Amino acid sequence: MARIDRRSLLKLSGAGAIAASTGGIAGILASGRPPAYAQATTVHWLRWSDFVPASDQLLRQTIAPECEKALGIKLNLEMVNANDIQARITSAIQSGSGPDIILGLNNWPQLYTDSLADVSDVADDLGKAQGGYYDISKAVATAGNKWIGVPWCIGGGLVAYRKSWFEEIGLDRFPDTWEALRDAGKKLKAKGRPIGQTLGHTFGDAPGFWYPYLWSWGGKEVEADGKTVALNSKQTVDSVKFAVGFWKDACDEGGLAWDDSSNNRAFLSGSISATNNGASIYLEAKKKPDTYQTEKGTPMFKDILHAPLPKGAGGQFNLPGPFTSMLMGYSKNQKPAKDFLRWVSSKPIFEQWFTSQQGYTVGATLVWEEDKVWTLDPVLLPFRDLPRKGRLMGYAGQPNRASAEAQTKYIIVDMYAKAVQGTPAEDAVKGAHEELVKIYA
Amino acid sequence: MTFTYAAVRPYAGTPRRGPLTRLLEDERWLAATLLLPTVVLLGLFIAYPFVKGVELSVTDAKVGVPGHFVGLQNFADVWNDGIFRVAVWNTCLYTVVTTIFKLALGLWLALLLNNNFKGKAFTRAFILLPFIIPTVLSTLAWKWMFDPTFSVINYLLFQLGIIHSRINWLGDPHLALISVIIVNVWRGVPFYAISLLAGLQTISPELHEAAAIDGARAWQRFRHVTWPLLLPVTLVIVLFSVIQTFADFQLVYVLTGGGPANATQLFATYAYQIGIGTGLLSQGATISLAVFPVLLLVVIVQLLYIRRVETH
Repeated sequence: MARIDRRSLLKLSGAGAIAASTGGIAGILASGRPPAYAQATTVHWLRWSDFVPASDQLLRQTIAPECEKALGIKLNLEMVNANDIQARITSAIQSGSGPDIILGLNNWPQLYTDSLADVSDVADDLGKAQGGYYDISKAVATAGNKWIGVPWCIGGGLVAYRKSWFEEIGLDRFPDTWEALRDAGKKLKAKGRPIGQTLGHTFGDAPGFWYPYLWSWGGKEVEADGKTVALNSKQTVDSVKFAVGFWKDACDEGGLAWDDSSNNRAFLSGSISATNNGASIYLEAKKKPDTYQTEKGTPMFKDILHAPLPKGAGGQFNLPGPFTSMLMGYSKNQKPAKDFLRWVSSKPIFEQWFTSQQGYTVGATLVWEEDKVWTLDPVLLPFRDLPRKGRLMGYAGQPNRASAEAQTKYIIVDMYAKAVQGTPAEDAVKGAHEELVKIYA
Repeated sequence: MTFTYAAVRPYAGTPRRGPLTRLLEDERWLAATLLLPTVVLLGLFIAYPFVKGVELSVTDAKVGVPGHFVGLQNFADVWNDGIFRVAVWNTCLYTVVTTIFKLALGLWLALLLNNNFKGKAFTRAFILLPFIIPTVLSTLAWKWMFDPTFSVINYLLFQLGIIHSRINWLGDPHLALISVIIVNVWRGVPFYAISLLAGLQTISPELHEAAAIDGARAWQRFRHVTWPLLLPVTLVIVLFSVIQTFADFQLVYVLTGGGPANATQLFATYAYQIGIGTGLLSQGATISLAVFPVLLLVVIVQLLYIRRVETH
């Protein structure tokens, strides 16, 4: 490692400082050196381990060195399992030290409102430059008029299904009503190819299916005031009754114990015909065409299509998962961290990351709807429209701490799980309603 | 050898003793000084978290928000929480059942290992494997074995013609609890076996020989010689095990996450879910503290019993 002595450090810092104070960005570029403060600055960015490993690779191998070159900030990237991030956030906030920026999933920013820095300046500028934000990104990343995070991207699920297997039962596309899906699933299950869906305690796929399912029947957690619990309704009871039959007739009953990766494995091994998921199944199959093949020996990815979850009397929905870059209030690197966020979310830099996602996520700003990535693979195109048909947990209220608690306790998911296990639909709904009342009290 | 008074005199009369040395010559100060490291460690890692937990449980603190004093409100809320009651029942059942099986199997294994046979040392080391492997790793392996789609257990049972449709190990609420119990027993038996084996080896073989000469059969020798002498060790082992099992977390967290529909929810997993997942630190602390009176009672009863056994 090259050693820097005190004299050369002073010389180096002096050049950057003078350039920064006299000539701004032009001066910095002319000096050929990043700004002085940045010479010794490290920004620690904690993220989830991406379901698209190529994106993590890009961050480490390309974006981090570029960041050091452009801003003089050494980027300390840390990727951990999504399920473990909240434990890290809690210990960081309580101890007042830890990563400078943490990538929050779903409505997490709402849980840590008081501990996040105000990033309104960065978020406003980026929003203006990139055609504005989707409503769902704004809803989770703002508290009142203040931005408590910079929206990063939006994930979400669509049904990945085996085209040829649905054709074998006489369907040239995925059913668009729940009744039609139940009929199709019944035929497929009889052939040993059930629909696969988790009803277990897992953060992504379980709420990703069961919340939109509830909404599609017209059910909801609370009224628009965000306080009056409205779960116990005829629509919800009907949805639960239907779910029991749907589960028995059409689904893989092992799903009660599935985590977020179980349906990926089941689909890729040819055990299930359809499952609500991000694009990771398709991307994995496409990456390894020789490993994942159909029973006819052809690459499986060529037999996979994506479709939205079916519609019901209440409409057709999905549960998008907004990602938000949260600048932690305790961070002593507020200025460099903001500079970094501004830089990494700018079009030329974010585009590299966005392209590496291949359609697994949608940008948080509207400008990315027009990106060329959507022309590369028509199978991934349906993911582009997810944010526009999305609702967030806590509907018809706003996503807040109570809706997060309801999700963490799996109240909605367990309502269906209990009914599937034999609890009468009315009792399952009543029990879940009472739990929600305590949470929203 | 010559030994003169003059040779030791300079030492005895040396004025080099500093004030600290003089202070430590007082037994009370010496005792306090020697105890200090232990007191600091216990205070830092046991007393402080405990007091902090109690403090949190009587406030409405959330992550990043210190909160205000709310008295026993959290305890009332938790008591009215349906999921908490399920967790209480599950934890008690889980602890009682696993302890019985771990004790029975551990004792059996210890008795077997106490015999002389070829490869004794190797077998004893091998037996410890489940206990040595990090819980998360071994539990992940079990998760695969119980996997609804790829279960190797189901595959074997199917190939042997014992089952005709797959068993939903972690998806059925009763089987899920049984599954986590099986894994806990598998992991805990070596601890019992090795600890009890150590206890067995302190029992003099002469006692057995004397009993055998008097005509005692194997069971009688166990009942009237081995068991009474092993009892104090057994009770201490059970005490440790109950405390650990009551506060078990990793195993259930990895295997089921407390599901399906809270069928395997335990104190610790629920406290984590509320404290970390929802950021409600005060309620998480309250759930954790709810274990305390139960464990305190168990510890007091057992320690009293141990003292009684020892004095007899």
